[in-house]
Amino acid sequence: MDKISLTIAVSGLNNTDNPGPGIPFIRAIRESGRFELKIIGLAYENLEPGIYMKDMTSRVYKMPYPSEGKKAFLERVKYINSKENIDILIPNLDAELHTVMISEKELDDMGIKTFLPTLKQFGERHKSELEKFGKKYGIKVPRSFPVSSMTDINRIPKDFDYPLMVKGKFYDAHIAYNKEQVLNHFNKISAQWGVPVIIQEFVKGTEVNVIALGDGLGNTIGAVPMRKQYITDKGKAWGGITIDDKNMIELTRNLISAVKWRGGMELELIKTINNEYYLIEINPRLPAWLYLAVGAGQNLPEAMVFMALGKNVEPYTTYDVGKMFVRYSYDMIVDLEDFQKISMNGEV
Amino acid sequence: MELRKNLAISDTGFVFDATSGESYSLNPIGLEILTYLKNGLKDEEIKEKMLEKYDVDETSFDLVYFDFIRTLQHFDLFERS
Repeated sequence: MDKISLTIAVSGLNNTDNPGPGIPFIRAIRESGRFELKIIGLAYENLEPGIYMKDMTSRVYKMPYPSEGKKAFLERVKYINSKENIDILIPNLDAELHTVMISEKELDDMGIKTFLPTLKQFGERHKSELEKFGKKYGIKVPRSFPVSSMTDINRIPKDFDYPLMVKGKFYDAHIAYNKEQVLNHFNKISAQWGVPVIIQEFVKGTEVNVIALGDGLGNTIGAVPMRKQYITDKGKAWGGITIDDKNMIELTRNLISAVKWRGGMELELIKTINNEYYLIEINPRLPAWLYLAVGAGQNLPEAMVFMALGKNVEPYTTYDVGKMFVRYSYDMIVDLEDFQKISMNGEV
Repeated sequence: MELRKNLAISDTGFVFDATSGESYSLNPIGLEILTYLKNGLKDEEIKEKMLEKYDVDETSFDLVYFDFIRTLQHFDLFERS
């Protein structure tokens, strides 16, 4: 079979203790064997490890922060595209997704394809909207209450029992056992990620996750459930195992079918002792542990690339149960010259 | 009581619960009992086999056996009726 020549720009090269999905995404499409690839890395910080992983990216460009808005984003992409002629853009960070979504037409005019959820889908799964989302689609969701100020904290409904979860709109989640702790977490999270901060009822159980890909027509192209085996102090999976949980697969399929989800997603669920599933978060992109799904037989990044190209993709129907991933840290030796280039020129 | 179907039990005593992703290690006696349960033997049949094979009195066996069964229940390893 002939390989398809593609230039794909990928962000989320932060393979740190709070890893982005960029590097595993690149690894997955490189190993697919279906493409002749030139990978362009998009980075926000000078020390994102992916910048220095020579076997992963051909060239890396610094991007303006998403807070700088659509204009700055498009100007930078236009410049990068003039040099690299990008076919597909894969944004992997929650904070940049909105900017890319609202730029879809301009990107298309530049010849750059994406495969993302619609703005409506993106909006209604926001943490602050999750309760409404649960009611609309018949999924159990812990009650939540968005707070934007110290005053709002006094308005948290009285029947919200401690402990409570205090969550940032994009990242970060802490458990609070009293109001003082809610205040502390609110201050820290709002300073870093802005408001609203979401107060969510705590559901006791085991955290399980599903990685999935929807085609935008209601079909699930792939879905693999996983249980975290080792969790870092940032709440990130450092080890995990694929599990045989048909309820999780069914829940995912029903959700994708009802929402007609387009693109990658990660469902974060709590399975209670009574075998009930509470949806605590929907991440609107493939997660950093996506390579586990590849190892279990579902190369979802490959499927996503084909769908971005407008090609039909056969859904995956099976995966290997009991496949594990174990992350590790590794020290790369980097020439100062590369660091200098990315710091001073914004590209390397 | 029936052991859950998607429980993988290796010869070494490593047990993998494919639904929850949990894994457990058994000693040889635990492995033997779990294998009997997996093969559908009833409590009385297991007791008979164990009393015949090992130097243990019935009271001591019952004590340890049902403690082991409670542990398996605690870890949700039996089919739910």
